Amino acid sequence: MVAHQVSEKNISVTIRVWRQAGPGAPGKFVDYPAKDLNPNMSFLEMLDVINDGLERQGQDPIAFAHDCREGICGTCSLVINGKPHGPNKAIASCQTYMRSFADGETIIVEPYRATPFPVVKDLITDRSAFDKIQQAGGFISVRTGSPCDANATPIPKEDADLAMDAAQCIGCGACVAACKNASAMLFVSAKVSQLGLLPQGQPERDSRVLNMVAKMDELGFGNCTNQYECSAACPKTISHDFIARMNRDYLKASFRQAFRAKSDAVAGGA
Amino acid sequence: MAQLNSKIPSGPLADKWRKHKTEIKLVNPANKRKYKIIVVGAGLAGASASATLAELGYQVETFVFHDSPRRAHSIAAQGGVNAAKNYQNDGDSVHRLFYDTIKGGDYRARESNVHRLAEVSVNIIDQCVAQGVPFAREYGGLLANRSFGGAQVSRTFYARGQTGQQLLLGAYSALSKMVGQGAVKLHVNAEMLDLVIVDGQAKGIIVRDLVSGAITRHAADAVILGTGGYGNVFNLSTYARGSNVTAAWRAYKRGACFANPCYTQIHPTCIPVSGEYQSKLTLMSESLRNDGRIWVPKKAEDCKKNPSDIAEADRDYFLERLYPSFGNLAPRDVSSRAAKRMCDENRGVGPTGLGVYLDFAEAIQRYGKQAAGRANLSNPSAEKIIELGEAAVKERYGNLFDIYHEITNESAYKQPMRIYPAVHYTMGGLWVDYNLMSNVPGLFVLGEANFSDHGANRLGASALMQGLADGYFVVPYTIGDYLAGIKPGSCPSADAPEFKAAEQYIRDFTNRLLSAKGTEPVNYYHKKLGKIMWDYCGMARTKEGLEKALVEIPKLRAEFWANVNVPGSGDTLNQALERAGRLADFIELGELMCRDALTREESCGGHFREEYQYPDGECKRDDEKFAHVAAWEFQGEGKTPLRNVEPLNYEFTKMSVRSYK
Repeated sequence: MVAHQVSEKNISVTIRVWRQAGPGAPGKFVDYPAKDLNPNMSFLEMLDVINDGLERQGQDPIAFAHDCREGICGTCSLVINGKPHGPNKAIASCQTYMRSFADGETIIVEPYRATPFPVVKDLITDRSAFDKIQQAGGFISVRTGSPCDANATPIPKEDADLAMDAAQCIGCGACVAACKNASAMLFVSAKVSQLGLLPQGQPERDSRVLNMVAKMDELGFGNCTNQYECSAACPKTISHDFIARMNRDYLKASFRQAFRAKSDAVAGGA
Repeated sequence: MAQLNSKIPSGPLADKWRKHKTEIKLVNPANKRKYKIIVVGAGLAGASASATLAELGYQVETFVFHDSPRRAHSIAAQGGVNAAKNYQNDGDSVHRLFYDTIKGGDYRARESNVHRLAEVSVNIIDQCVAQGVPFAREYGGLLANRSFGGAQVSRTFYARGQTGQQLLLGAYSALSKMVGQGAVKLHVNAEMLDLVIVDGQAKGIIVRDLVSGAITRHAADAVILGTGGYGNVFNLSTYARGSNVTAAWRAYKRGACFANPCYTQIHPTCIPVSGEYQSKLTLMSESLRNDGRIWVPKKAEDCKKNPSDIAEADRDYFLERLYPSFGNLAPRDVSSRAAKRMCDENRGVGPTGLGVYLDFAEAIQRYGKQAAGRANLSNPSAEKIIELGEAAVKERYGNLFDIYHEITNESAYKQPMRIYPAVHYTMGGLWVDYNLMSNVPGLFVLGEANFSDHGANRLGASALMQGLADGYFVVPYTIGDYLAGIKPGSCPSADAPEFKAAEQYIRDFTNRLLSAKGTEPVNYYHKKLGKIMWDYCGMARTKEGLEKALVEIPKLRAEFWANVNVPGSGDTLNQALERAGRLADFIELGELMCRDALTREESCGGHFREEYQYPDGECKRDDEKFAHVAAWEFQGEGKTPLRNVEPLNYEFTKMSVRSYK
């Protein structure tokens, strides 16, 4: 057992980056050399170093989205060598380290390519469509201060664990970027499943899935054709089984909505 | 001189909040929609406040600099959230949580605020469970708990190692619902750059749209800041790269007092620094100390050895040795300093010598044997026990071990983690009264951005508690007391001269940054500032060092403005400009922090002055001279700020020497 199994030899690579000044502007690839990199450097730190060099010369740094740099905020969103979040499984772009690349390699870095996520600048895309889907139904309506004691409703551990598996989604959008249809089914199904698995989520279970799917369709996301590129690209390894679960929920909700007995009661009264 | 009236209600400690709630003024339900409230930030505090105020019927406008309200750094909190539920029947109570938090803060927090925090902690868990937060559960379906530092009960609720994420997504879902209903107007990519004061009251903000570059004015009846902490002043920290002090700092420059800026938390268990290029330090949750044992070699000459080659007798489990009753769960400040002392004695490990081991071998054995027992295995092999034990550890901490592996390329199942303290949280912040209102009427400050509840040191799993307490259960009540005193519909126009002047000030400030076409990038100066702060205002501070920093920081500030290069223009997305503006504020804040640390001639919690310590290296407080909050008031550019004082009166707790031995 040694402390460092990896080679500590520094590497040099060329970064071929998509540069695009704004949403409507034409874009192009530009090459930047990155020399003498410690393999323990993160991919974003490598971009920081390139940007420091550009800024020193008064040139526009490469715009890229990032924040927590520990794989949880979902801000980073690079397509590295054609793969959303790069070559390694189950991690976000910010957790990609230079040890994943070979000395002398040319690394292609692009923004997500999906119609519902238009490019804002360089490697940054607008993912506000995800927020709009959440606003359409990704919640349990509970007013602050109204709930009963947290232990009043026991929830089987298996259900809580499965709900947590779905809840881990970081909203990065890699699933959409990986899908040839730009489908958001993995993202939507994760939220629908998390809330649908829990007793608290039952009252709005039907309206939630119907509203979120309708909003997803309206915003231009494509449909699922069961290739599972989404779950392969997901940094939190959210399972495509949740898509099947959502489809089941959607079907049931659609039937129930069509055949539900409706009350004649109107609001107001005494 | 600022008036610091803490407005602590009279009466017995346990009755203060209940009494206060019944006595403060209310706003009529039909009038609430006539008041507009601006909320800046959508972390735990901002999102929970936005959602709750909108539910009450107020007009809410929420501003976040992120591209979505789901990105705030609350999301990265790993370990858990405290609540005095006593679900484990281990003797917990509101009073115990209150006492642990007051003691944990080294008797430098307000008793009344902390008691209220402990009281509402139980409501937080109820609220979050109802929202669908998938907390860990036991096999019987009830909620599970674990222990955190500074407590002798298990009161921490958790969702694997992603508790902050799940709580934030809960608050985000509540906020999203209100945005969807049109009850909250959400502005994303919108950075607050100034606070607008009209007739001495906070009435609006100036905002830059980070995508279009547009600078706009926004008026309201009250402004709430939930803008987080300022640990990035150290450059290297566990904060997100975007976390900044700008909103709070600009409010300070408009008259809000900045309290106890020197109180910073250095978290003991972070992955050590590996190189100059580093942009970020990563935390390994305190929850790991439930099972991990911290040690260094007894002999300095063993430090470069492979840890598995160091015999048990040659290991110093120093937290267990120094603090036998709390052991590896000693509070963060105490544990961090102990680790530093070991490294100062040349017993640190790893390539830099700045590291200690966090070892799970014993836990793997213990869990492995338990699992073998449950599975009725007679005579399990050593390999089988390790296999079962690793599986049990994986279930508890798997994602943390994965993060550790990604960063270091080492498996913590097979060899101990190497950890070292890093900047993690700031207890200081804008001064607020019991209503969470700053000394500027109409400006409320929540969560990490205020100073109120953690004193000189925050206990683990208390930040999430405070952010949500402030946002869900405190400010929705207390803001009514302020608004009820204002005529509905009297909100000034955003075209008022005060707004135009503030906008012009920000335009000039932005242009000044953009006209800097020197030779060094922003990061160069951020690294320099970070080094000064870490060396002189970090884990151990001295009069001499702080005085040196107070010479070096103004020099750095001058050099920054003269020689930084901010490329591009202001009318587009310009990340260099964003960083430059935030760093300009960090440099000024750094100076204030050093000034505060220099003036506070005692050691307490996270503030350790080497001159003031007991022979065993523990903090030596000076309650006679420093049992107070230092609230700094801006006096103008280039002028020394004024140090106001709010005395801390301990009516119900005895201030004593804090011991975890």
